[in-house]
Amino acid sequence: MSLFEIKNLNVYYGAHHALKDVNMNIEANTITALIGPSGCGKSTFLRCLDRMNDLIPGVKVEGSVMFEGKDIYKDEDTLELRHRVGMVFQKANPFPMSIYDNVLYGVRLHYKLTKDEASRIVEESLKKASLWNEVKDRLKKSALGLSGGQQQRLCIARTLAVNPSVVLMDEPTSALDPISTRSIEDLMRELKKDYTIVIVTHNMAEAARISDRTAFFYIDERKRGFLVEEGATSEVFFSPKDKRTEDYIQGRFS
Amino acid sequence: MALLESTNIPSTLIKRGKSEKNDAASRLRMRESKEMVFKGIFLISSLLSVVVVILISAFIFKEGLPFFKSVSVPEFLFNTRWKPSSDNPSYGVLSFVLASAEVTLLSLIFALPISLLSAIYLSMYAKDRSANVIRSTVELLQGIPSVIYGILGIAIVVPVVRRLFGGNGYSLLSASIVLSIMIMPTIINVSESSIRAVGEDIKLGSIALGANDFQTITRVVLPSAFKGIMTSIILALGRAIGETTAVLLVFGNAPLFPKGLTSMGRTLTMNIVTDMSYAEGVHMNALFASSMLLFISILILNFIVVALTHKGRKR
Repeated sequence: MSLFEIKNLNVYYGAHHALKDVNMNIEANTITALIGPSGCGKSTFLRCLDRMNDLIPGVKVEGSVMFEGKDIYKDEDTLELRHRVGMVFQKANPFPMSIYDNVLYGVRLHYKLTKDEASRIVEESLKKASLWNEVKDRLKKSALGLSGGQQQRLCIARTLAVNPSVVLMDEPTSALDPISTRSIEDLMRELKKDYTIVIVTHNMAEAARISDRTAFFYIDERKRGFLVEEGATSEVFFSPKDKRTEDYIQGRFS
Repeated sequence: MALLESTNIPSTLIKRGKSEKNDAASRLRMRESKEMVFKGIFLISSLLSVVVVILISAFIFKEGLPFFKSVSVPEFLFNTRWKPSSDNPSYGVLSFVLASAEVTLLSLIFALPISLLSAIYLSMYAKDRSANVIRSTVELLQGIPSVIYGILGIAIVVPVVRRLFGGNGYSLLSASIVLSIMIMPTIINVSESSIRAVGEDIKLGSIALGANDFQTITRVVLPSAFKGIMTSIILALGRAIGETTAVLLVFGNAPLFPKGLTSMGRTLTMNIVTDMSYAEGVHMNALFASSMLLFISILILNFIVVALTHKGRKR
């Protein structure tokens, strides 16, 4: 059984049919990259996996998204789901509080922590996000004083602190400089051991560098996004089954 | 000129261009001096308010300060006896200061919960036309002349307070209720815009971690908007301290030490209005000294607002 099994997924924003008939599985402990041109529905697809789409007025989701054997649009409690499936956004969005409180935010929503537990979770999470060494002396300082790349790693630490099994990332490096980007990519490879990662990226080289599997989305003539093909990253990049995938990837590579 | 020479323009035109060179320079000078004049007009207009503030404060202090030659500051501030017309006159404003403070704080206590809840509703939940209806109603509330609030207070609030709490109804409680309605628009408007200014990305971040709406509002949104909410409260305090007509109509205007919710009282502003018509000499100076007191408290509140908003911008 795959971690995620998505069947006949259709998403509508009001009258606009944004995503059409997506069928796809996502395996545990892999990095899946979602690529494709703007408006192809890859972010929409990502946001279906933790039901962040629910927040958009007028959204309608059809089909089924099975996560660990349960249909998240039927059985699962949304808040509980978002604990298990974390999300990192394009723009680092630390809360206006200390680094320490940022990391614990999600955990404190559900549990009362002793001081020892809290410190342990903060240290573990920051270490996992390879931020510990840079911030261990200023945990009580505001998170807004960190650099862009550090803020993004803090957001990753904050997501890991609630102990999810999946981390969704929506263009997490697009606002960062190459060095910060590289450190976040290294981090993703490291995290793969314990987590399943799904990442939306516009950067073809990044998708090729880090992902195990790649899903290519495209737009049809009625502006509906759909999945063209999904497979091992090496196959999608070097011997794509579909002409459109090849054109897109080559267009972007050159 | 380089452009002119390089293109294929008939030489007559170029000649005319050259002969107009001086004209062009003088036209440029004209335009510059015109702009200077306009800039000056704008500057003078905007300086006018500064001048008015300086004149007002100079006037108040000029008329108020001499009062302290006849009466000491502690005698003025910490004495509850206000007998300006007596043979042995006494000018203690403590009762009025306390009445002002009580009515201001009490109205804030009444207004704050409702206003904050409305602001949260308007900024977080109401996304359609209902929000606009509520918002314009709140703005209308702000525009109603204070005497109308006072009259409604006499007609509705005073009788209700009389029936429920005894006394004659003209009371601290009535004044606070009326005043609380008057300051709600300020708190709602300013808080709403500061809550609205909290980034969407921060709210999404909270929700993505499994927070529900209530947790997101109380743990992330309100702390982020804290400075704006404080600003709204302080602006409302300023409005409450200065309000005169409405409280004059429902507070009973008795120069007494306010003892409880149902007791009558007189605020600083009420006292100034009441005595201004017949005061002279030291009595008149005492009223200006009271104005100084009001002016200084408003000034302090304004400084706090500036400090808050300035720090807010830096972030």
